[in-house]
Amino acid sequence: MAITLQVNKQSHTVDVAGDTPLLWVLRDVLGMKGTKYGCGISLCGACTVHLDGHAVRSCSTPVSSVQSREVTTIEGLADTETHFVQQAWQEVDVPQCGYCQPGQIMSATALLSTTPAPTDAEIDAAMNGNLCRCGTYPRIREAIHHAAGLISAKGVGQ
Amino acid sequence: MNLDRRSFLRLTAIAGGGFVLGLYEQPFAHAQARKRSGPPPLETRAFVRIAPDGTVTILAKNPEAGQGAKTQLPMLIAEEMDVDWKHVRVEQAKGEDKLYGFQFLGGSMATPMNWTPMRQVGAAWRQMLVSAAAATWSVPESECSTRAGRVLHSASGRSAGYGELVAKAATLTPPALDSVKLKSAADYTIIGTSRSGVDTPAIVTGEPIFGIDVEVPGMLHAILHKCPVFGGKVKSANTEVIAKLPGVRKVLIVDGTLTSDPILPLNPGLEPGVAILADTWWQAQNARASLNVEWDYGAGTFQSSEAFAQQAEEALQKPFDQTLRTYGDAEGQLQKAAKVLTATYSYPFLPHNTLEPQGSTASFKDGTLELWSTTQDPATLRRITARLTGIPESAVTVHMMRAGGAFGRRFVNDDDVEAAWLSKQVGRPVKVTWSREDDMTHDSYRPAATFGLKAGLDARGGILAWRQHYVTFGDGKRTINSGGIDPNEFPAGYTPAFLLGLSNSIPFRTRTGPLRAPGANGNAFVLQSFLDELAHAAGRDPLDLQLELLSRTPAAGFTPQPDNPSSLNPERMRGVLQMVAEKSNWRNRKTEKGYGMGIACFFCHLSYFAQVAEVTVNEQNQISVHRIWAVGDVGSHVINPRSAENLTLGGIIDAMSQMQQEITFVKGQVNEENFDQQPLMRMRQVPKIEVSFRTSDFSPTGLGEPMLPPTIPAITNAVFAATGKRIRTLPIKRSGFTFSPNLAKES
Repeated sequence: MAITLQVNKQSHTVDVAGDTPLLWVLRDVLGMKGTKYGCGISLCGACTVHLDGHAVRSCSTPVSSVQSREVTTIEGLADTETHFVQQAWQEVDVPQCGYCQPGQIMSATALLSTTPAPTDAEIDAAMNGNLCRCGTYPRIREAIHHAAGLISAKGVGQ
Repeated sequence: MNLDRRSFLRLTAIAGGGFVLGLYEQPFAHAQARKRSGPPPLETRAFVRIAPDGTVTILAKNPEAGQGAKTQLPMLIAEEMDVDWKHVRVEQAKGEDKLYGFQFLGGSMATPMNWTPMRQVGAAWRQMLVSAAAATWSVPESECSTRAGRVLHSASGRSAGYGELVAKAATLTPPALDSVKLKSAADYTIIGTSRSGVDTPAIVTGEPIFGIDVEVPGMLHAILHKCPVFGGKVKSANTEVIAKLPGVRKVLIVDGTLTSDPILPLNPGLEPGVAILADTWWQAQNARASLNVEWDYGAGTFQSSEAFAQQAEEALQKPFDQTLRTYGDAEGQLQKAAKVLTATYSYPFLPHNTLEPQGSTASFKDGTLELWSTTQDPATLRRITARLTGIPESAVTVHMMRAGGAFGRRFVNDDDVEAAWLSKQVGRPVKVTWSREDDMTHDSYRPAATFGLKAGLDARGGILAWRQHYVTFGDGKRTINSGGIDPNEFPAGYTPAFLLGLSNSIPFRTRTGPLRAPGANGNAFVLQSFLDELAHAAGRDPLDLQLELLSRTPAAGFTPQPDNPSSLNPERMRGVLQMVAEKSNWRNRKTEKGYGMGIACFFCHLSYFAQVAEVTVNEQNQISVHRIWAVGDVGSHVINPRSAENLTLGGIIDAMSQMQQEITFVKGQVNEENFDQQPLMRMRQVPKIEVSFRTSDFSPTGLGEPMLPPTIPAITNAVFAATGKRIRTLPIKRSGFTFSPNLAKES
């Protein structure tokens, strides 16, 4: 079936079965490989994207359920103020293998959009659905605090 | 120290353990067959390209899976070339050992094997650039110096950038690598400074750099649905129904090429199953839901975790199948001991759980094979896929893609074998992507093991004798892959009498292989826990007991060799123990119910780590790990300090995941399929971890693995201090414990 999606502020019409997970539409139909497959059942968070700014697991989101909501992927972040999160990830040098990091960044960005200066406990709660097999958690936490500082210093979103 | 192939082979042979050889013999045998003598065949020119504008492109020779070699090895070249790191671009080399020497991810060997050769490559390039400048200016080379990508002739005030000199330098014959002069450490500007990962910008923007991201024009997506029992074959399947499903282009019943030997090598051949090839991966995966297969489960259905535990208990009651190491009449000394302790320890089969599941892309065309692979061992990959597809190795090209974790899993090239075979069958490029369930149920598992331990103390609380019965899987002569034990593992050599026996008669028919810190990841738990038991039984501080052992004159055959870094150096071990005791204020630790600190150390992969863990344990036996202090000795330099710290934090957290995990078998089938049955640490469970390095006068060694093993006993020893309960069986739930799901709430 033909489905029209708003991804990273662009409109795409795809011809896929309605129960296809958004993840696989992004990766194999639209060629956006930044969103990752890890478990397929919302346990690891590698596939995290935003729907209207909220973090969701795209591996368990049927494409037919997306409708007119705005999809943002890791590839779309650089166009917004959220690139401060990506900058913080680089400056803290978070990644080891890096595979989970797009999902981590999407969850962190969603957190910072509602909680600009999160505590460790708020970070832990917001990031609980994102696994890092390499164990970069201390660096992820550091990067989120750093991003909060960058955003606050630049007066973004005010 | 220059660890070329021969000395590394010697080093692993001296280490002597089945696990070391099990891990390395296959790729090394291949490397040896290629090049029977001499150092690795490095082509100096192949490692560097210089653009006219002075941009220097350095080829990263080893596979990258998060361990940081893609950044660190080029740092070594750049240091000796004298280039500014900001003018360096790094490019992943292809799998081509004729140019790049031995390319290998594993054993924490990237640093020790490349520390000298990579610096020599950089120095050789610097030498060529100096020669080119000196010839251009008609001045003696000895009057020229280099700085930040330029050759300088201070007497005449002339200088030229490397980009201006490269055309001439490229015509020169590179100097012999062992003839070049290396910098003195005082002049380093890159080594010892933190450089962020060269792929970090691409990672954080979602660029397609991983194996799973590869797109080749015309490719099909494939899954190979394999038998729940390893090696089982398809009797029949509804392939006609599947072939008609949306997007499905081809359905194949695969007989496979598996060896019939139950002692499986790391790469035993193509597994049987049903292959579904489709336009997208989801279509192939979704079609699998409609698949009905009648399996011939084969010879593996006897495998059962319950039965294994019983067989191990029985084996402990019987004599050893082999005695691996004995000195000092341990049995006799045990008779004379004032106090004898016995204990049984065990640890389970474990998966690797790379977050990027196994997968590979292959294009077989006109008698050539191109692979886009996340392998840890490209040379073996070329050999086995050449054989599989009936072409010469020279016709196989391996593009090394960034891997979303490896941890030893990607020594097994089963995903590549599937992709190569399928591409040849269908005459199109094929990308294979395993589902998480495929990945967890068809892993190369870390072997389970059981230990019977017995030790005797004298009246003063000193250890008289240590008897260790190691029970693993095999046919009584051969042990399963990565199931061996290093007979030199401490406290071997440092107790007055020692006896290590092996039983390897429990049959097993599923693939096993190395998992990060192979051997050590389980044995450190057992050996360092039992030492802690002995200290408590003797009423002594566990730190004092370890320091006392490490101050003894080692038994014959255990004397540290200055030129052999694989033998335990007790001074280095004492050094990290004493430093971690200071950092954690060990001597002044408090004792109260429900609170405890534990200490452990381990030597593996040529590096030394000691750790202290601080825990609380509540009434429900929930463990909260609050802090861990880790001290490592990886030699004279920590090459990329922030990266080293990150790896160390990660290895410690990985160990805590390992403490919660197991793979179990029923009727030959693996029970655990996804992360709900296989806990990985989450952010809110992570303790505060303080990492320090103790510098020593030895050549730098690696950090992929050695921090992991001591974490487990440091925590279980702390749990004992807090509760008086000894964890002797992993995962911790089998000893009645869990990790608190939320550290913040508990503290």
